[in-house]
Amino acid sequence: MKPHEIKLYQTGTFVVGNRLLDPEERTVQARTERSNTLTSGHRACQGCGEALGARYVLDAAMRATEGKLIAANATGCLEVFSTPYPESSWQLPWLHSLFGNAPAVATGMAAALRAKGIDDVRVIGQGGDGGTLDIGFGCLSGMFERNDDVLYVCYDNEAYMNTGVQRSGATPPGARTANTKPVGEGEGRDGNVFGQGKNAPLIAMAHEIPYVATATVADLHDLEAKVERAMELRGARYLHVFVPCPLGWGAASHDTIRLARLVKETGLFPVFAAEEGEVTDVLKIRRRVPVEEYLRLQRRYAHLFAEPESRDVIDAIQAIADRNIRRFGLLATDDEGADLPGEATDSGLMHMLAETQHGAQ
Amino acid sequence: MVTSAELLSVAAFADGLHAQAFPTFGSERTGAPVVSFCRIDERPIRAREPIDAPDAIVVGDPTLLHQVDVFGGLDDQGYLLVNSTRSFAELGISEVADRLPAGRAQTVPASGLAREHLGRPLPNAALLGGIAALTGRVTMPSLAKAIAERFGSGAMGSGNAAAAQACFDLIAGRVGVAANA
Amino acid sequence: MRKQIEGSIAVADAVARCRPEVVSAYPISPQTHIVEGLSDMIRRGELAPCEYLMVESEFGAMSAAIGASATGARTYTATASQGLLFMAEALYNASGLGLPIVMTLANRAIGAPINIWNDHSDSMSQRDSGWIQLYAESNQEAADLHLQAYRLAEQLSLPVMVCMDGFILTHAFDEVDTIDQADADAFLPPFEPRQVLDPDTPMTIGAMVGPEAFTEVKYLMHARQMQALDAIPPIAADFEDRFGRPSGGLVRGYRTEDAETIVVALGSVLGTIEDVVDELRDAGARVGAVSIKCFRPWPREEVREILAGAERVVVVEKAFAVGAGGIVGQNVRLALSGLGPVVFDIVAGLGGRPVTRRSLRALLDDVLAERIEPGPLHFLDLKTDVVQRELARAAGGGLTGPHAESILSEIAVGARSH
Repeated sequence: MKPHEIKLYQTGTFVVGNRLLDPEERTVQARTERSNTLTSGHRACQGCGEALGARYVLDAAMRATEGKLIAANATGCLEVFSTPYPESSWQLPWLHSLFGNAPAVATGMAAALRAKGIDDVRVIGQGGDGGTLDIGFGCLSGMFERNDDVLYVCYDNEAYMNTGVQRSGATPPGARTANTKPVGEGEGRDGNVFGQGKNAPLIAMAHEIPYVATATVADLHDLEAKVERAMELRGARYLHVFVPCPLGWGAASHDTIRLARLVKETGLFPVFAAEEGEVTDVLKIRRRVPVEEYLRLQRRYAHLFAEPESRDVIDAIQAIADRNIRRFGLLATDDEGADLPGEATDSGLMHMLAETQHGAQ
Repeated sequence: MVTSAELLSVAAFADGLHAQAFPTFGSERTGAPVVSFCRIDERPIRAREPIDAPDAIVVGDPTLLHQVDVFGGLDDQGYLLVNSTRSFAELGISEVADRLPAGRAQTVPASGLAREHLGRPLPNAALLGGIAALTGRVTMPSLAKAIAERFGSGAMGSGNAAAAQACFDLIAGRVGVAANA
Repeated sequence: MRKQIEGSIAVADAVARCRPEVVSAYPISPQTHIVEGLSDMIRRGELAPCEYLMVESEFGAMSAAIGASATGARTYTATASQGLLFMAEALYNASGLGLPIVMTLANRAIGAPINIWNDHSDSMSQRDSGWIQLYAESNQEAADLHLQAYRLAEQLSLPVMVCMDGFILTHAFDEVDTIDQADADAFLPPFEPRQVLDPDTPMTIGAMVGPEAFTEVKYLMHARQMQALDAIPPIAADFEDRFGRPSGGLVRGYRTEDAETIVVALGSVLGTIEDVVDELRDAGARVGAVSIKCFRPWPREEVREILAGAERVVVVEKAFAVGAGGIVGQNVRLALSGLGPVVFDIVAGLGGRPVTRRSLRALLDDVLAERIEPGPLHFLDLKTDVVQRELARAAGGGLTGPHAESILSEIAVGARSH
């Protein structure tokens, strides 16, 4: 059974879905023998999406490689909160070099292993959106072009968080960051301007590498499955994980997974997988949600809702979601599970579902 | 011409001498004037500067004669070899040629010899044969070996070697040197 | 085996003898023939097992080298000039992490204005990066130094750059005694890393260090680099023992024993300098030369000792600190502090301007005749008329444009009018 055919919302081990599954189908996190690669004691913020994502990704990769994994990590939140001197929360061989070179360091690691004829040890490179899409982009593209045997994971929280929430190439339009504040009367009054974005997964697919996938921390089975699939393959593989940042986004720390779910259900973040440049799998939206539901939960968009409401900007963001839905075929048909009653704007229903989950724990 | 200086140095080395070759360096474009240098000595060579007082000058492209200061520093006991079908007078440089001892300034149709033996008007190997004969500083067998090593055993190798030998013989005949010295 | 080959190929051959496992290559003049040579060897199976990474930039090249070295592979790369600057961040990272990477630096000037010819501004710009810097005087020495560099790097767990003058050495055809693989293996044992990323023994490398410990970490880096001053002479001696020729070391003197005037320099210019020294000796002047083989760490005691007896020291260097003065000169003055010799600091050979025997002779004649002041930085063969005219032109105000273009057009006009 494909992971995303499980039709109940999931939040790790305390999940109705996980408990009802055969042990073999449960998440890696549900197992006592998990590696705990990113172990407890790190200094991430309460509700950090990146910590959650990294934990799932690494334990899944360690399981897939039977613990034979080495990691190159870019400078950023993950690196900083995981290695507060003199402690480290990493339980695998781990190297932090520079901000912009994680893909290249990973390339070097893979080359060394190849030269030594060691083919059971695998390499993972990881970094945030800034380190991956901006300053590290040249190295990333080079790694793709050479098809080096590296799984590169980008944890995308849509800004340079570690340095105080500055805009990155991944910052969405309309968002407030420290240097895209909604101030003044010009173009910047609505926060980050509307550009064409930098669609890293599509760029990765254009390199025709063996595997490209996107994932969020709301669909954790799906995230793990994608890591497992990636580790079955050799060559350059790219995983782009949407990880909400409560602090940077001005969101409640208990909303991290909700936000990840909403970003997918609005269509703003297409969740899919592709092999050799062709899309192989799309996580369908089962209950389509207007972008407003997602935006309202984050203070980085609060200026859009302040009087007078920036309806034009919200509509423009909605148009982005609409385009994604069209482009990626994100809406589920009836037999794909679009069978839950009511419109997404039925907040009463949403509330009830949320209560149900808590009740089941 | 870069290759020429290098081949000359390899030939000199094979003859048991010390040699150093280098070009005036630039981007790797064809068409730009190139000067290359070769020092040959019985003792190890330490100097690392361009040659400003040459004992011999080989001019591969006579169109440069009036564009660049080709003859600066040429020793008046030196040698001059110019790739041309014309005479020094016709080239407008008889003044330079006349300064040198008799026989030491020669023009030679190296491009023609190359066309004949190699099928292409690339005069460099021929000119090397010529300067070997003119100066006696490197032997023809060592030069032939250097050419063969560089250009391989195919048509390029044998063609260049033949052109070199032909030019050597031509100059040797003029200046009275033994044919295979 | 003795061969007449291009300097770059001699170096590629020597590097291959060191059995590198990973080579990362990004092309820049004048290093290209080295990485091309290594590529050919790897493709023909002459160097195996070795992974050749054609990276996307010099920053990528050094970064890949960091990853490879940390994974336990003997690693090599090469660059010059702009490429060295582009990897500057990674240089500091490599030395800070204590990774024994060896890199050839084909010394070339740094722009703007862009210039592909030789000088030492590139290596001098990174003298504080924590890398050991060795300078080769000849293609033979450049080849030899790579073996010594790996032994040194792996002994101390520090990266080493072997500097050789771009074009002057890299593209010159010269006599080189190439190194036999068996001899290389006897001199350079397999790499035994001090730290390695191995799933059997996981470790965290590259964590942040705060104010409470950073000073101690940097002190230890300094102390470790200083250990090279003790490590280099025995390595050079062992090399000479096995291969029968001197090469490397900290400093080398030429006719310095009774010299009153000593010329100090780095790299290939020493050859020309020695010719001038011989000339002056023949004319009765007591002149000698010192070659600095290891510039970082700075062999202060050795420099002090070899220069102490001279009356005057003439530093001839191929770079300078803009707005401040000489670099090697400053280091020499440091070594000689409290001692007698007067130090002259001369900048020569910038951007590939040939340093000729004639100019050096004239310089030393001027020094001996006291026509030059010690103290201020002097530029050998400076075209003062060109400079004066350009200054006058620029003083006119308005859109005067860049000096470089204006001087170039002036020189071109001058050439055409000959």
